[in-house]
Amino acid sequence: MSTSSEALRLNIQSAARQPPAAAGDFVPKLKVRNLNFYYGSFLSLKNINVDIADRKVTAIIGPSGCGKSTLLRTLNRMYSLYPEQRAEGEIILDGENLLATKRDLALVRAKVGMVFQKPTPFPMSIYENIAFGVRLFERLGRREMDERVEWALTQAALWNEVKDKLGQSGYSLSGGQQQRLCIARSIAIKPEVLLLDEPCSALDPISTASIEELIHELADDYTVVIVTHNMQQAARVSDYTAYMYLGELIEFGVTDQIFIKPAKKQTEDYITGRFG
Amino acid sequence: MSAVMQSGAANPLYRARKFRNVLMLTISSLALAFGLFWLAWILITLLYEGGNALLRASLYYQMTPPPGADGGIANAIAGSLILVAVGTLIGTPIGILAGTYLAEYGRKGWLASGTRFLNDVLLSAPSIVMGLFVYSVYVAWVGHFSGWAGSVALGLLVIPVVVRTTDDMLKLVPGSLREAAVALGCPMWKMITHITYRAARAGMMTGVLLAVARISGETAPLLFTALNNQFWSLNMNAPMSNLPVVIFQFAMSPYEDWHRLAWGGATLITFAVLALNIAARLLFRKKD
Amino acid sequence: MSAVPGSSAEYDIEVAARRNGSTPPQTKRSAWGDKVFEWTTRAFAFLVFSILAAILISLILGSTVSLQKYGLSFVWRDDWDPVKEEFGALVPIYGTLVTSAIAMLIGVPVSFGIALFLTELAPSWLKRPLGTAIELLAAIPSIIYGMWGLFVFAPLFQGYVQPVIIKLFGAVPGIGKLFEGPPLGIGMLTAGLILSIMVIPFITAVMRDVFELVPPMLKESAYGLGSTTWEVVWQLVLPYTKVGVIGGIMLGLGRALGETMAVTFVIGNAHQLAASLMAPGNSIASALANEFTEAVGDLYFASLIELGLILFVITTIVLALSKLLLLRLSRHEGTTT
Repeated sequence: MSTSSEALRLNIQSAARQPPAAAGDFVPKLKVRNLNFYYGSFLSLKNINVDIADRKVTAIIGPSGCGKSTLLRTLNRMYSLYPEQRAEGEIILDGENLLATKRDLALVRAKVGMVFQKPTPFPMSIYENIAFGVRLFERLGRREMDERVEWALTQAALWNEVKDKLGQSGYSLSGGQQQRLCIARSIAIKPEVLLLDEPCSALDPISTASIEELIHELADDYTVVIVTHNMQQAARVSDYTAYMYLGELIEFGVTDQIFIKPAKKQTEDYITGRFG
Repeated sequence: MSAVMQSGAANPLYRARKFRNVLMLTISSLALAFGLFWLAWILITLLYEGGNALLRASLYYQMTPPPGADGGIANAIAGSLILVAVGTLIGTPIGILAGTYLAEYGRKGWLASGTRFLNDVLLSAPSIVMGLFVYSVYVAWVGHFSGWAGSVALGLLVIPVVVRTTDDMLKLVPGSLREAAVALGCPMWKMITHITYRAARAGMMTGVLLAVARISGETAPLLFTALNNQFWSLNMNAPMSNLPVVIFQFAMSPYEDWHRLAWGGATLITFAVLALNIAARLLFRKKD
Repeated sequence: MSAVPGSSAEYDIEVAARRNGSTPPQTKRSAWGDKVFEWTTRAFAFLVFSILAAILISLILGSTVSLQKYGLSFVWRDDWDPVKEEFGALVPIYGTLVTSAIAMLIGVPVSFGIALFLTELAPSWLKRPLGTAIELLAAIPSIIYGMWGLFVFAPLFQGYVQPVIIKLFGAVPGIGKLFEGPPLGIGMLTAGLILSIMVIPFITAVMRDVFELVPPMLKESAYGLGSTTWEVVWQLVLPYTKVGVIGGIMLGLGRALGETMAVTFVIGNAHQLAASLMAPGNSIASALANEFTEAVGDLYFASLIELGLILFVITTIVLALSKLLLLRLSRHEGTTT
């Protein structure tokens, strides 16, 4: 094997993650079945079939344009904002097919939260950023809202840094802090699934490390799906990895397995850096 | 040796080009001076003629007098304030809502692109025609001139400005901000009103300020709608005194004291309009 | 498991409960809220869409009496006699066109010069304040131009400039006809001049915006070959932005045609058709401004409204064309106007 994959192997082994338990530990939270996705007439996701494990971290990796973000955005029906984008197939969450649901999409998105590549604090105070989402669904008194805000910011490992300046604008925070604010905002409405779309790509290495640590902790309570173009990050952070290429799901499996001994040659070529 | 190789500055072709360049650039600078010259002359005239009138306190509390008598333009100032305020209140919500449609729902269909096009035509349309329009549909129908008619005419002038700036400002709000709100489960209408409006707030305010500045100085639309009123009246249902029409009437008259009052009014309007424009500019710059 | 209400432990319990299949704590129906909002904004957009059509219709309805009486001949009749009730639009139309033509003849080259200065010559510290100064010129209400024109400009024009023009050009065969007559100060030429000053800021602003669309790399490659500034502008920038420049000029023309107060003060308000520019005349807008509130009689009213209709149609066509041209340019560039 080339030196890069050797290095990767060592990297994984030293990452000190809990080794994934036996197959019986896998409880699917989201089931994607025969998913095809169209931008206009262009078929960009081809027959995707994958299960996302409950309360584990699943990473989606692949080269640019392979469809990883597209896949992520089907999981919370974000694409429905754009009339020229449509999906066929099934995405089953807790027994309900998200693609065919008659329910208000707002309720779907309350269950499946999303954090974006670029931190997007709302143009309001830090407190209001959190409270805004909560108010969409719950009527809390002042004290209860205070507690919820504190809880969400604590979960996002941001509370200590902002507890004295909750009234300041969200924009006054650094990039890493803003991203954690967005994570806190998503957590505050108590979703079950968290979708992270390249959450660290706009951040410096120190902020990236703190967010990765946060993801470790979040996985105890939430199902996390993370899209990343950084393979090492996927190796550090996830329990399961899906490798995509040109709109197809090439391989899915336990992260260690994918990175040390991938079943498909295509996967191995990507992992070992034979193409970008 | 070719002409190009000939020593640079002596080359006659080069010299002709250089001369033409200097000539044209000089003319361009003269054009600028020409433009600034008129601006300066007009402002100085205003300060000189109107400055005296503005410094007399009676300008602000006395009513428009009959010719030969002393007086002020208090009723005109009050009337203008009311007409501008009501016109803005009429036109702004319409403009914001229509602009919101263009920016948020206007990616498809004929209504959005058609409205944008016609709105821009409306923006530069002759304001006297607006006055005629409101006269035909409202004044002729109720049978008398009124402050309401004047406000509606001004409101019609506010609408295209606010539509345009709302459309432009909302379009500047990044899609990621919208998606972040939607991802939380926020309904579209709340996302637009609570997040997008707030993000575009400064720009939209600028639009409203510019619209106010524009209608503050408009005379033609008021000529056939609000008309004028010699006395102090706050009755919107009757002809209402206003600065532009008073200025028009007084300036075109042969009476000296009326001329003086007209200058005072003209300077007042100009200062207000310039102040509003500068405020709008500062507000917009602060947002960055 | 007991927990203090409102504590985070309680929330964790809730989360766990939800995992077991219980429903989320709230179900606000937001779909109808969205629909209402969308339809409200759509309704107001439609309202704005219809304004132009509504104006057109109301003007046509208002002028039925004179449309019926004169038909198309209204456009070339030059009577205007409220007493005898004979009306014709030729004099006002002529005045509108002539004053606008003068305004454009002077305004366009000057605007071009200023736009050139702003984009190519001005040092960067000067660009912003100069641009602001020009925009402030645009913001000055037109009634100010009118007053200044009447009280300041016209007397000086009459005293110093007009006699010179008449002496220089009045005797020249042919165009001399344009410059005959006593120096009155006011008149079509004066109105055209004042109008040109009014129009300059608009055209300058559009030209400047359009000039700045030219990719800097394009200009740099020309400079790199040794072009002078003038050559870059005349041979590169102008052809590149040609469509937008024309659009901007037409925008200025649209404004000039419809301008009321700047013209009304100084045009002289005379319903006569004269060849000389020194003579007083009338424009559609000034006729309306001066006479509408005094008009009696259905025919008088309808004739005035028909004048407004003619003005509206002309300006709408000019403005629509200008907008189309500007759209063409911005589509070419991939930006939006």
